[in-house]
Amino acid sequence: MSRLDLKTVLSWITPGSRVLDLGCGDGAFLARLRDERDVHGIGVDIDPENLIASVSKGLDVVQEDINDGLHCFTTNGFDVVVLAHALQELTHPHIALQRMVDIGDEAIVSFPNFGHWLCRAHLGLKGRMPMSRAMPLQWYDTPNIHFCTVKDFESLCSELEIDIIERATIAGPAQALLGKWFPNLFASSAIYRIRRAGS
Amino acid sequence: MSETTSANSVGLVSPQTAKCTTSFTFANGGVLSSHELVYETYGELNSAGDNAVLICHALSGSHHAAGFHSEDDRRPGWWDLAIGPGKPIDTERLFVVCSNNLGCCDGSSGPNTLNPETGTPWGGGFPQPQVKDWVRSQKWLAEYLGISRWAAVIGGSLGGMQALQWAIDFPHWVENCVALAAAPGLTAQNIAFNEIARHAILSDPDWHEGDYLAEGTLPTRGVALARMVGHLTYMSADGMSDRFGRELREGSFAPGDNAEWVFQVESYLRHQGSRFSTQFDANTYVLMTRALDLFDLAADHEGDLIAALSNAQANFLVASFSSDWRFPPQRSIEIRDALIAAGKPVTYANIETDNGHDGFLLPNPHYEQLLGEWMRRVGPS
Repeated sequence: MSRLDLKTVLSWITPGSRVLDLGCGDGAFLARLRDERDVHGIGVDIDPENLIASVSKGLDVVQEDINDGLHCFTTNGFDVVVLAHALQELTHPHIALQRMVDIGDEAIVSFPNFGHWLCRAHLGLKGRMPMSRAMPLQWYDTPNIHFCTVKDFESLCSELEIDIIERATIAGPAQALLGKWFPNLFASSAIYRIRRAGS
Repeated sequence: MSETTSANSVGLVSPQTAKCTTSFTFANGGVLSSHELVYETYGELNSAGDNAVLICHALSGSHHAAGFHSEDDRRPGWWDLAIGPGKPIDTERLFVVCSNNLGCCDGSSGPNTLNPETGTPWGGGFPQPQVKDWVRSQKWLAEYLGISRWAAVIGGSLGGMQALQWAIDFPHWVENCVALAAAPGLTAQNIAFNEIARHAILSDPDWHEGDYLAEGTLPTRGVALARMVGHLTYMSADGMSDRFGRELREGSFAPGDNAEWVFQVESYLRHQGSRFSTQFDANTYVLMTRALDLFDLAADHEGDLIAALSNAQANFLVASFSSDWRFPPQRSIEIRDALIAAGKPVTYANIETDNGHDGFLLPNPHYEQLLGEWMRRVGPS
């Protein structure tokens, strides 16, 4: 998670919340939530090295594949479920989103925006799958198997009857406002606060 | 430098005996008017008494978890991998206690010790213990040692089940709980393997209804076979292929050779069986496997594991071993999920290994690192 993402997510989490961090990596974010927001967190990750790194920070972490459906977590078990920049790596992003809003009163999701003008230019002008500093891997060798755009994501939320509470966008330094006004074209990544409709 | 004095070994250790003179009633009704527990300790109990850790042993384990009994001792205690200065269970910080379960055969009162009322070996007359009996007897030992709370109770396999039972039965005694390669209860398949082992022992002509010591015999054939079956279930198919393959120890595959063939794996199993058969008491094997069969964490809560764990006050580390088919990862996941549902702090890892159920006893960098990092939260900081 970039520092900007982190700042936004931190500001969205009420101190003392119970947080489930999906794809918690080395636990740095969860440790920060604990230290700065007094959060009771639990991390989920599949990688043994990440597990050890998280445990060494004094965190609780569960080795589990998010794609297996997160059945170990019960409905309304957490205040917030976080999935930072991992949506595009999931086998069934729509199922995971549904589970997230079931498990948590709220969920926070961030992802790189494939509708960004640079991606479009790469695909449109070069005719090749976009590669950049943020997406450095070849199409055949990337964990990112389900890229989407801001518009795609919002349309999926509406299909799944998920309410968008808040949206934040990350854009280049000169494009902050453009990113806010025309997120699908100028946001390099987007962060959403979502919840089950009617909850 | 010899192994007994190497920097990360607890070095030379001596078992000690605690004598309990009050009577002990087993869950199944048997009574001991007095009994003894044999135990070892490593490290020092601090003045605040908040660095004591209890290690629970598995089916064939003992109180000898780490270090050596003499300079010539070539085999350290059964969990020397994890216990010692600078090791995951760090004896420079923690006071480690490991006791031989009541009814076992390594010095604690059991079938091979004398019944004080008759002056003859207990034999088949020793009461059937259950896991919760061991927990109660260990609580007595803790108080005897001046300990009022465990910074952690830790075990693998049967020992892991015992650690979980501790956390449920005496929640305020257990600050942290580590259950490795454990299960919330035995499956029909688990019980079936235990029954095969018992059947082997009970059909040995030297069994004498459990009173073989009085007859001056030992049912070594039965115990060896029981151990061979048991040992087989502790290893994975891939692990066995890697270690033994189809290699012959005796004989050859040459055409016309009709000598006695002995595959490496046969020779290994025979060796394991025969060594065990003279070291381990047959009655104890029967009692221990039965204690396993009877173990059911949720028994007092109408099968509701979440309810059973809801009173626990501990932080939990649950770990399984990917190729373990004796107590496969799914069984640890049942424990993990119940703990999560009960709102308990839990860390869970499934360690990738070919070592099968024995994985919790064998070297593995991820396993040792995970256990070591997790253990840093145990005891005074």
